[in-house]
Amino acid sequence: MATKQSASASDAAAISRQSQPSPNDTKSNIAAKAAVLSGVFWGLGQLFNRQYVKGILLMLLEAVGLIYLINYLPRAVWGIYTLGETPSQMMKVGKLYKMVPGDHSIHLIIKGLITLLVLFIFVWVYVLVVRDAHAVGRIRTKGDKPNNFLQTLEYIKEQKFAYLFLALPTAAVLFFTIMPIIFMILLAFTNYSAPEHIPPAKLVDWVGFQNFKDLLQLGTWSGTFYGVLAWTIIWAVLATVTCYFGGILVALLVQQSGIRLKTMWRTIFIIPYAIPQMLSFLIMRNMFNGEFGPINQYLSYFGLGKLPWLSDPFWAKVTVLMVNMWVGIPVTMVLVIGILTTIPKDMYEAADVDGATAWHKFRAITMPMITYSTAPILIGQFAGNINNFNVIFLMTNGNPPNGEYQYAGSTDLLVTWLYKLTLDNNKFNMAAAIGIIIFIIVASLSIWSYRRTRSFREEDMIQ
Amino acid sequence: MSVGAKKNSRTRLLFSYLMLIIIAICVFYPTIWIVMSSIRPGTSIYSESLIPSNPTFEHYVSLFTSEQYQYGRWYLNTLKIATLNMIFGVILVVMTAYALSRFRFYGRKNLMSGMLVLGMFPGFMSMIAIYILLMQLNLLDTHLALILVYSAGAPLGAFVVKGFFDTIPKSLEESARIDGATHWTVFIKIMLPLSKPMITYIGLMTFAGAWGDFIFARLVLRTKEKWTLAIGLWDMVNNASSNFTMFAAGAVLIAIPIALLYLFLQRFLVEGLTAGASKG
Repeated sequence: MATKQSASASDAAAISRQSQPSPNDTKSNIAAKAAVLSGVFWGLGQLFNRQYVKGILLMLLEAVGLIYLINYLPRAVWGIYTLGETPSQMMKVGKLYKMVPGDHSIHLIIKGLITLLVLFIFVWVYVLVVRDAHAVGRIRTKGDKPNNFLQTLEYIKEQKFAYLFLALPTAAVLFFTIMPIIFMILLAFTNYSAPEHIPPAKLVDWVGFQNFKDLLQLGTWSGTFYGVLAWTIIWAVLATVTCYFGGILVALLVQQSGIRLKTMWRTIFIIPYAIPQMLSFLIMRNMFNGEFGPINQYLSYFGLGKLPWLSDPFWAKVTVLMVNMWVGIPVTMVLVIGILTTIPKDMYEAADVDGATAWHKFRAITMPMITYSTAPILIGQFAGNINNFNVIFLMTNGNPPNGEYQYAGSTDLLVTWLYKLTLDNNKFNMAAAIGIIIFIIVASLSIWSYRRTRSFREEDMIQ
Repeated sequence: MSVGAKKNSRTRLLFSYLMLIIIAICVFYPTIWIVMSSIRPGTSIYSESLIPSNPTFEHYVSLFTSEQYQYGRWYLNTLKIATLNMIFGVILVVMTAYALSRFRFYGRKNLMSGMLVLGMFPGFMSMIAIYILLMQLNLLDTHLALILVYSAGAPLGAFVVKGFFDTIPKSLEESARIDGATHWTVFIKIMLPLSKPMITYIGLMTFAGAWGDFIFARLVLRTKEKWTLAIGLWDMVNNASSNFTMFAAGAVLIAIPIALLYLFLQRFLVEGLTAGASKG
C-alpha cells in the first residue's frame, strides 16, 4: 500500500512541478477551483480538469485511505498516548476463571506507529494532489490541453525517473529500518523491562528521561555503563589503529620493489577476508581455548606456561584485538594496494632526482596519498568497530564475567551489552537507551569527520 | 649502485621475505588447523600433532547422514536465502545508487543525509521491533522474513555504488539521450554493462552477508529444519555435547565456496573497495 501511494505521490509531484509560472494578469480561476475541489475530495479537481482516469484512481485511493484511517487512527492515538489501560488478567467468567486478553502495550506502539506512518503518507499525498490540481488548472487557463493519462505516465517515465526508481527502496527502508528505529527510540522512554513491566500480564508506561538518568547516575547501572563505554572506546581505537597500520605495512611489504610473486603474496593475504567472519571467530575461539587449544599446547611444548587467553579479563581483550587484526588487516591491505598502484611513478622519479631517501619518499609521497584516500574509510571503520558485535559475541560472548557489572562481562561492548539486555534479560528500555547513546556517539563522530574531510578536500592538497 | 647500497637492499629484501613468510604462516595456520581437525578421528579439539596420523573423512560423511545435524538441508537453506538476497539486494542498491548519482531532484540532499544518519544506528537496535513486526505479519520462522529484512536494509549501503556511477562520464548517456534513448534504455544498455565490476562486488558482499549472518537468523528461525549454516555451526560448538571435528568439517565446506569466489573475483574486490575509498 505504501508503495502504491508513494508512486502516485510522485505522479502528482510530477505534474505539480511541470507548471510554468503563468502570467500574473490571468487570475487563475480554474486553478483555484480545481485545487479547492481536490481539497474536498481527491480526484474531484482532476475530474474538473478533465483528467478522468487520474481523477477516478485518486478518488479510489482516498476512499481506501480514509476507510483505513477511520478504522485505525483513533485507537492508534489512544494506544500511543496511554499504552493501554487493562492488562491481561484472570477474570471470573461464569464459574471458571479465564484469561481475558487486555491491552498489549508493545503491540499498541507498533500498530500505532504503522497507522501514524500511513497518516503521514496520506497527508503528504493530500498536499501533492491539491498542488497537482492547481498546476493543471493553470495549464488550462493558459489554454493548453492537460495531459491525458497515458501522457502522464510517459511524463513520469521521462521526467521523474529518479522518483520511480527510488519508490521501492524508500518503501523498504521506511518499513524495515525507519519504523523500527522510531519504535526503539520510543522504548527508551518507557519502563518496558523485566520483571515488573512485561506485557501482556503487565502494562508499560511512559517514564520520560528516567532510563537515561539511571544509566548515567544510578550506581548499579552507571558503573557498568561507564566501564563498558570506556572499553568500547579503547577497543574501537585500538582495533582501528592496529588494522589500519597493519594493513598499510603488509601492503607496503608486498608492493615494494624487488619482491617477487606479488600476486601470490597478495592472494595469500586475502584469505582471511575470504573466509566468512563468523567462521573465523568460531575457529579462533577454539584455537585459543585455554585447556585444549593448540596455541597453549605449543606454548607448553616450548616450555612456556599456558596463557589464560579467553578467561582472564586482560588477556581476553588482547586476544580479541589480535583476532580482529587477523580478520581486519586484509581489507586495509587490499585498499592500500589499490591506492599504491595509482600513485604516479614520476612522483617517485622526481624525488629520486632530488636525492630523496626511501624514508623521505614514504613520508612525503606514499603516506599522504594513502591517508588522503583512506581517511573516510578510517572513520567508517572506527564507527564500525564501536558496533563490532560479531567479534565479541562469537569470541568471548562478553566473558570473562565481571562481578561489578550489571548483566555485562569484562569484554562486552555497548552493542553486545545491548544484545544481552534485550534477548537474555528483557531490559528493553535500558537497551534502547544504550542504542540511542551509541547512535549519538557514532553520529557526532561521523559529522565531525565529514566536516573535516570536506575542508580537507577543499584545500586541494593533492589534485 | 654502490656495493654498500646493494648489500643494504639485499638485507632489506631478506628481512621483507622473512616478514612475509611469518605473516603467511599466521594466515595459514588457522586454516590448516581447521582442515586437519576436520579429518581427525574422534570429536575433541585436542590433538597430539597438527597432522593426524590416521586421517578420516567420516565427519564429512556424517554431516550429511547424521540424524542430529541436518547439514545438507541447512546448506540448501542458506544457499537459497543468500542467492535471493543477493538478487533483490543488488537490484535495490543499484536502483537507489543510480537515481542518486544520475538525477538531480527535489529532496535528493535530504535523502542522502537521511541514509547516512540511518546507517549510524546500531543494526540490531531495531531487531526487537522487526521481530514484533514479523510476528504481526506471521512471518516468524520463515526464510521469506530473512530475505525481506536483508534486502530491505540493502539500499542504505548504496553509497559505494553511487560513487562508482559518479565516475562514469555523463557524456555517454547524454549522447544516447540525444539519439532518443529513454532513461530505462540508458540504464539497461549503457550503465549496467559498464558497472559490471561494481555489481559483482556488491553481489558478492550481499551474498556473503546473508551467508554468514548469525544474529538475525537466530532470532527469526526457530525450528531446526529451517536453520541456516551459521546457526547450525554455532550450535555445534556451543552445545554441551559439542562435536568439534564435525564443526571443523562443516566449516571447511562453508568456507570453500565463498573463499573461492573471493579469490577469483579479487580484481573486483580491489575495484569495489577503492571506489568506496576515494568517494567515501
